[in-house]
Amino acid sequence: MASEAVYTHRDPMLKKRDDFEDILEERRNSSDLRYALRCYTPVLYKELTPCKASELKSMVLQSDQLHYVISQVCKETGMAADEVQVEAAAILEEMAHRLQLSTVRFFAFTLSKVFKTLFRSICVNEEGIQRLQQAIHEHPVVLLPSHRSYMDFLLMSYILYTYDLALPVIAAGMDFMSMKFVGEMLRMSGAFFIRRSFGGDKLYWAVFSEYVKTILKNGFAPVEFFLEGTRSRTCKSLTPKLGLLNIVMDPFLKGEVFDISLVPVSITYERVLEEALYARELLGVPKPKESTSGLFKARKVLSEDYGSIHVYFGQPVSVRSLAQKRVDRCQFNLIPRHIPRKPGADIHSFVNDSAYRLVRAQEENMVLKPWVLVVSLLLQNHHQNQVAGQKQGMALDELTEQAVWLRDLSRQYGAFLHWPDHVSPSEVVSSSLSLHRGLVRISEGWVQLASEQAGGQTGPGEPRSAVPPEEELLNQAVITLSCASYRNQALHIFLRPALLASAIHTASSSNKQEVYNSFSFLRNMFSNEFILCPGATVQDFEEACFLLVKTGALQINQQEFVVTERGHRTLAFLTSILDPFLQGYQVVCRFLCEDATEALTEKQFVPAVRKFIIKHILTGRLRYIEVLSSDLQKNSLAALLRLGAVRKLKGGEEQGTLKVNKVMVNSLEDTLGGKLPTQKAVVARL
Amino acid sequence: MASNSSGGGSSDRQRIAQQRLSRIAGHLQRPADGSSAIVAAECKAQGSRADVPGEEKTVPRRRQEVMKWNGWGYSDSRFFFNKKGQAEFTGKRYRLSGLIIPGLKDWFEGTFGASLQHKTPATPILNSSAVQPPNLNEAFVEEVKSAGIPFSHDAEDRVFRAHGHCLHEIFALREGKFGRVPDLVVWPNCHNDVVKIVELACKHNVCLIPYGGGTSVSSALECPPEETRSIVSLDTSQMNRILWIDEKNLTAHVEAGIVGQDLERLLNESGYCTGHEPDSMEFSSLGGWVATRASGMKKNIYGNIEDLVVHVRMVTPQGVIEKGCQGPRMSTGPDVHHFIMGSEGTLGVVTEVTMKIRPMPEYQKYGSVVFPNFEQGVACLREVAKERCAPASIRLMDNEQFKFGHALKPQVSSIFTSFLDGLKKFYITKFKGFDPNRLCVATLLFEGDREKVLQHEKQVYDIAAKFGGLAAGEDNGQRGYMLTFVIAYLRDLGMDYYVIGESFETSVPWDRVLDICRNVKARIIRECKDKGVQFSPLSTCRVTQTYDAGACVYFYFAFNYRGLSDPVHVYEQVEHAAREEILANGGSLSHHHGVGKLRKEWMRETVSKVGMGMLKSVKDYVDPNNIFGNRNLL
Repeated sequence: MASEAVYTHRDPMLKKRDDFEDILEERRNSSDLRYALRCYTPVLYKELTPCKASELKSMVLQSDQLHYVISQVCKETGMAADEVQVEAAAILEEMAHRLQLSTVRFFAFTLSKVFKTLFRSICVNEEGIQRLQQAIHEHPVVLLPSHRSYMDFLLMSYILYTYDLALPVIAAGMDFMSMKFVGEMLRMSGAFFIRRSFGGDKLYWAVFSEYVKTILKNGFAPVEFFLEGTRSRTCKSLTPKLGLLNIVMDPFLKGEVFDISLVPVSITYERVLEEALYARELLGVPKPKESTSGLFKARKVLSEDYGSIHVYFGQPVSVRSLAQKRVDRCQFNLIPRHIPRKPGADIHSFVNDSAYRLVRAQEENMVLKPWVLVVSLLLQNHHQNQVAGQKQGMALDELTEQAVWLRDLSRQYGAFLHWPDHVSPSEVVSSSLSLHRGLVRISEGWVQLASEQAGGQTGPGEPRSAVPPEEELLNQAVITLSCASYRNQALHIFLRPALLASAIHTASSSNKQEVYNSFSFLRNMFSNEFILCPGATVQDFEEACFLLVKTGALQINQQEFVVTERGHRTLAFLTSILDPFLQGYQVVCRFLCEDATEALTEKQFVPAVRKFIIKHILTGRLRYIEVLSSDLQKNSLAALLRLGAVRKLKGGEEQGTLKVNKVMVNSLEDTLGGKLPTQKAVVARL
Repeated sequence: MASNSSGGGSSDRQRIAQQRLSRIAGHLQRPADGSSAIVAAECKAQGSRADVPGEEKTVPRRRQEVMKWNGWGYSDSRFFFNKKGQAEFTGKRYRLSGLIIPGLKDWFEGTFGASLQHKTPATPILNSSAVQPPNLNEAFVEEVKSAGIPFSHDAEDRVFRAHGHCLHEIFALREGKFGRVPDLVVWPNCHNDVVKIVELACKHNVCLIPYGGGTSVSSALECPPEETRSIVSLDTSQMNRILWIDEKNLTAHVEAGIVGQDLERLLNESGYCTGHEPDSMEFSSLGGWVATRASGMKKNIYGNIEDLVVHVRMVTPQGVIEKGCQGPRMSTGPDVHHFIMGSEGTLGVVTEVTMKIRPMPEYQKYGSVVFPNFEQGVACLREVAKERCAPASIRLMDNEQFKFGHALKPQVSSIFTSFLDGLKKFYITKFKGFDPNRLCVATLLFEGDREKVLQHEKQVYDIAAKFGGLAAGEDNGQRGYMLTFVIAYLRDLGMDYYVIGESFETSVPWDRVLDICRNVKARIIRECKDKGVQFSPLSTCRVTQTYDAGACVYFYFAFNYRGLSDPVHVYEQVEHAAREEILANGGSLSHHHGVGKLRKEWMRETVSKVGMGMLKSVKDYVDPNNIFGNRNLL
């Protein structure tokens, strides 16, 4: 039904998107208390038989599924059935939500206050809300918001309450629960808690999956979870986790419901609350454990301006139409449905593809602020100047000119850009800069990254030599990574053309096939780093060609790529946006070849590679500070593991030890650096 | 599809039933030799008389004398809207005959968005010149003639035997369109005639298509358009005698062309019954039941056809297949009866069947139970099946079908009755709090000796009470069964006003019943919307049979096709999608309608590749030249 509209490769320019409404506006003009106490009568699922949270629990405990697993566990462990049943009840007790309207009203009141001080506006697409309302009425609904901040799920519930929609039940990580009081408050506002890892625990899995399915099947409430599994510290979408998606699709595949609507929700923060926190985390400063007192310490954030939030409720995606002609549902006919089975290969690939589609749908509806473009340009400029040894920073006028150019380019690529129409470009740029004054400085028409100042000028009364170079580098890196996280918000717009641009750059000739091979290599290399739908190489390639040709940057004459006169600027921009990643992966490869010890374990990998990189940066052999991001390092390792260039030993003394195939890693590094042509053999093996 | 299930619980009801049956029979003259239940096989003697036209049978050779050529059932029985816009049912054959049904118009217009102003009348007369001239195999015809077997190549006779009652078949007839029709119709009189015909068919390489009652809803009777040989329709309707009754073993040996109502009537005269009552029993034949694996409404007591058959004779191109004894059960390798049952006319013609018979039940009683919702109703049926205490028949209609049944209530004469109805409605909806848009009703039929019936009744009602069911009277029950046999007549009425529809069935394990009902109904609605149907369709279901391990579910589906250029195609697409949905939800390809040509495409996934190979190899051995070339099943 709706699925076809979700994600189209062809002309993204034609994409129609809804308008936004600011929900804080009304809050600023009327009583928060009355708002919190108003009559709340959401539209419910048409086939809902109302039931209390406690009834829900007993439905779960009495389900055939759970009974089956309990008897399995009894057989395996020799425990008595009622003991296991008690254990199951305890798991459920620990997990289950206790949604209470009074708590929701409390949150509605306090969050109104908090949001009004923190944010200028919270913009929501009301058409999306209407679609959601319709969807909730028709079928069980799963809400899939992007995850960039702790704020996300409170914000979601707040919005749904505001629009008189059914409040969701939210899968939250167990770490929240350890926060005294707050954990319980969240529970009463609809959160349920799951352990981060429960690999082998059959009983836990059974209780958990049955709990989610029961809520969903009965249409008790929309189920909400984060496809990305955790908050993205880099503002790039994370590759999706499939566990919960598998669970929520199961009732459809087994025919227990007619259909399920999956609603991707894109939440964009103009300034992310956890901005600096994330950067530190990526640099290896461990994240503070969630605690209530920590939350209070975080109060100082309340005094700052965090700009606006955009929340876009996407087109509901029907699981039925996703599954049509892809999944043979008859496979569930021959075994009773309550007996748990590992999903077969076809189901797995179906769920995986769907997950990617949904994350892409989230990406596509992310609102980009001018700042995102500005900071991309500033970062590129920073690195270019570094190489040329020129003065750091750039003139505001020049920045504005480039930003306007990039605005037009990104719009042609289908970006969902919020660039105010009736304001002059220079004002737009200045106001972006001023909102992020912690990251950039302007003085006398000259714009610099804050890190440049930190490095370039010494603070008053603080002799430069007092700070050890490593620490100084890390301080710079915090700023750079924060900036990079904003640039990352725009990456999905440029990713495919950028892969093509880099492929043209590295390919041995401009022959289409050669370029395609190179493109395919890069795409495969980066598929842990970016959201690249599995098996869609050809589509992505064609989309990239289409965009570059459409915008006049590229011509294709008889299977030969020709970069046009004005295309050079575009291609230069595109290659440099991908360059930090290319270099980063190469450095990781070099580390594995040159510096890794025989006994290197997965755990030791990040600290070791970080040390290696710091050395390289300090000696000037590497110019991208952002390569210090542990996210990039982990992704590159994941890619190498996937490609078989590195193996992870399992079991025994050497559990987790990495075995490096140096020849292969070396050749991958050279291919990334364009020193080796993309070999057919490599492509075939990938 | 239609049934004559209007027997009564009391002796009064029995009397009514008898009257009805005799009325049906009386409308025609009784068959000359039908008075005695036990008839020696005087085949040749009859054969000599067979050419005499006008010999009266319940089903005459010339079906057109009593039956519609482009609709369901008897020519004299049909629904129409009178000048006041009220629905009426004509004729004298049924309980509804001659009555006014005041609620039907509103239900019809409300459900389908149809209007009495917008008519789509059928072509009134069968235009013989539009029928393709017969492609006769002269040598075959000559030999049939000299064997003294009646035959005809009259256009009307041939058209009658070219179709079953699928929607597309009837729709085409109403538009006066004829596809490939049989080139010749032959009426064998006995087993030996059939042996002769099959022999000649093999000799002259003509294609034989057996024809029994013509009630197929699986395109089984359609002539394969690619068939180039002369197609001969072998009409068994004149082989309709009970050859003997064995009271010691409680069996009867019957010719396979007999239709259900005749079989029951004749056995009743001797105090027996088979108890096999498929909804189509007025017209469908014993041979057809065997060939399609039919199921009867009262199977809970009497069993389905495979339980009833003791011995079968089938004429195949390789000769006659039959067992050598009448043992009640045998361990002699795969049961050869199971090659015959469900063979759908692809292997040969069933000519004679020995069937179990039972003494007629002393007492019959209808009943009904109202449930607050369909879920509770299904749970109750499941419990009844678990306790193995199902009455002769137990059926659960969903809410839409309950309303449909309600719309078919004939006009009540007394104010008291209508007052009572109002009171009942008040009690259920207001006092008991049943939502009129969710409640559903189960109809029951008990049979046996009086005391046991009453005891049984109590047991079932006690179980129903556990699931919130309220007893809702005999009347509702009886009307429920009436709906079954008039539904096909109602389809003809719908087709007069832009409404087309059909029913289809499946069998499904108990744990899947609710899911399949919900999903298939929803799929129908979604597909209609996607295919551009302008009005919301009627999409309803009922659970019609219970088994230990599952149930039979029936779907009715109809829609108003105004605004569609090719309604039949849309209909077929939706039905196709609905069948896919059924299979995806663990339902079977068919419970009792059979596969025919309509559902062939799903046979492989239904019985596996090896299974198909087994069936094919049987076909290849039994009929290497594809004499029985209706191309069903495989």
